[in-house]
Amino acid sequence: MSETQLPPPRRRINLNWLGLVPFALFVGLFLIAPTMKIVIGAFQRADGSFTFENIAGLFTPSIIASYWISIKISVASSAIGCLVGFLMASAMVLGGLPNTIRSPLMTFSGVASNFAGVPLAFAFLATLGPLGLVTMFLKTQFGINLRAMGFNILSFWGLTITYLFFQIPLMILIITPALDGLKREWREAASCLGATGTQYWRMVALPILFPTILGTFALLFANAFGAVATAIALTGSSLNIVPIMLFAQIRGDVLGNPHLGYAMAFGMILVTGIANVIYIWLRMRSERWLK
Amino acid sequence: MKKAAAWAILFLGVTYFVLPLIGMVEFSLSMRRGVYSFDAYAKVLADPQFRQTFSYSVFMALLTIVFGMFLVVPTAFWVRLKMPRMRPVVEFVTLLPLVIPAIVVVFGYIRLFNTSSWLPMTGSTFGTNMLLMFGYATLSLPYMYRAVDTGLRTIDVATLTEAAQSLGAGWFTVLARVILPNVLVAVLSGAFVTFAIVMGEFTMAALLNRPAFGPYLQLMGANKAYEPFALATIAFVITWACMGLIQLVTRFSKHTKAAR
Repeated sequence: MSETQLPPPRRRINLNWLGLVPFALFVGLFLIAPTMKIVIGAFQRADGSFTFENIAGLFTPSIIASYWISIKISVASSAIGCLVGFLMASAMVLGGLPNTIRSPLMTFSGVASNFAGVPLAFAFLATLGPLGLVTMFLKTQFGINLRAMGFNILSFWGLTITYLFFQIPLMILIITPALDGLKREWREAASCLGATGTQYWRMVALPILFPTILGTFALLFANAFGAVATAIALTGSSLNIVPIMLFAQIRGDVLGNPHLGYAMAFGMILVTGIANVIYIWLRMRSERWLK
Repeated sequence: MKKAAAWAILFLGVTYFVLPLIGMVEFSLSMRRGVYSFDAYAKVLADPQFRQTFSYSVFMALLTIVFGMFLVVPTAFWVRLKMPRMRPVVEFVTLLPLVIPAIVVVFGYIRLFNTSSWLPMTGSTFGTNMLLMFGYATLSLPYMYRAVDTGLRTIDVATLTEAAQSLGAGWFTVLARVILPNVLVAVLSGAFVTFAIVMGEFTMAALLNRPAFGPYLQLMGANKAYEPFALATIAFVITWACMGLIQLVTRFSKHTKAAR
């Protein structure tokens, strides 16, 4: 192993790849192989023969409905997350706020984007649940009954508002460096040419930031789509989104066909995979400008 | 005008983030009627199941960190030193856990390593624990690898290695006594993220039927009134502490560098 560095040993058998064997072994065994097992299983009958039946089996009303509501929640929470995160980050970077705000806000974003799962669900139950802080406050102080108005934490909007707690910080963490990358010269050049503030944003800044924003949207989408724990702790099984259904299927084969479970999981990989391909592609495009 | 709008946005945003935390803490303190008390915390801390699941998760987190360190540091080092052409590939692979949902990975584990398979890891408690640890290591791989790789970027790996080798160091010495101390801060911040992830993880532990903290939280949430909020507060404090420690080590390292 300890060969000398020069001269470059061109003719020798290159054994450098040996150093990557442990990593390749681990990733192959505990990441790639399990995923492939699911993907292949989605196209197999119980006896192992090839089939499209499982994929076709996804197109039943209940499963389509679960994908649809999952996609709706993911789109809503990532769209709002992008918007609010963008507004907060630009308020922080460009709004002329004191610099001391920045470090705590970024640290908090790091915490909040990692504070997902079961505890997050509890926090929102304590706030917007039937006996939650905000619910009771609105009821006793203003006579507003959220429940009577049709709001329920165990619903589409309830889940979306909860997901925003980790979506917004993630957006802030990703978009802040991009906003820092907006060069002052661009703004000055634009105003020299007579552009108003709105024109600068519409024709210079936003087109530059657009790939980053859209790419982050795709990342947030995948993030929400794969979230299991928050949804289960919040809604139990009252809201049939894909991760909850798959969880129940793995636990007890509720669909009555193990290979349909594979197909559902494959559908999840497909959706998050597409979202991430978009993210990576747009990220490469945005890095051209923000170097 | 602009500044006022910026403050307003920030205020609204902060309100959204602070309210649930207040709600959570308030609920956790209101077990006794009419007054705030730490009753819920006392109840939780006295629960033997809490102690078991909590220490199980802490142990698993430490195990995951050690394993992740042994896996990631040599790999990232080797890729930088000898196989720079493989870097995009390795980097892509380490990001895959962000693409493939954890529930899919663990579903694959259950099917691939069941009792009738070629590697029946789910057949024994020890095997399942190992499998869960590998699962946690996969989940933390993106964060761990990125942290270590960023750390390696700041030092001259090739020169350090050659210098150490010309002084007679073997590969183990190079890694343990030259590279590792130089990227320790990066490894530590990766370790803290890993710790936070493992402590809060639910899906994998629940589906592999291991008595971890996440499933315990969920179970309490379904059965108890005030305890879950005390537990959630504890979980939040842990996450907060991990992130705070990352800031602290990073700042500490900057300080020592400036002093030199």
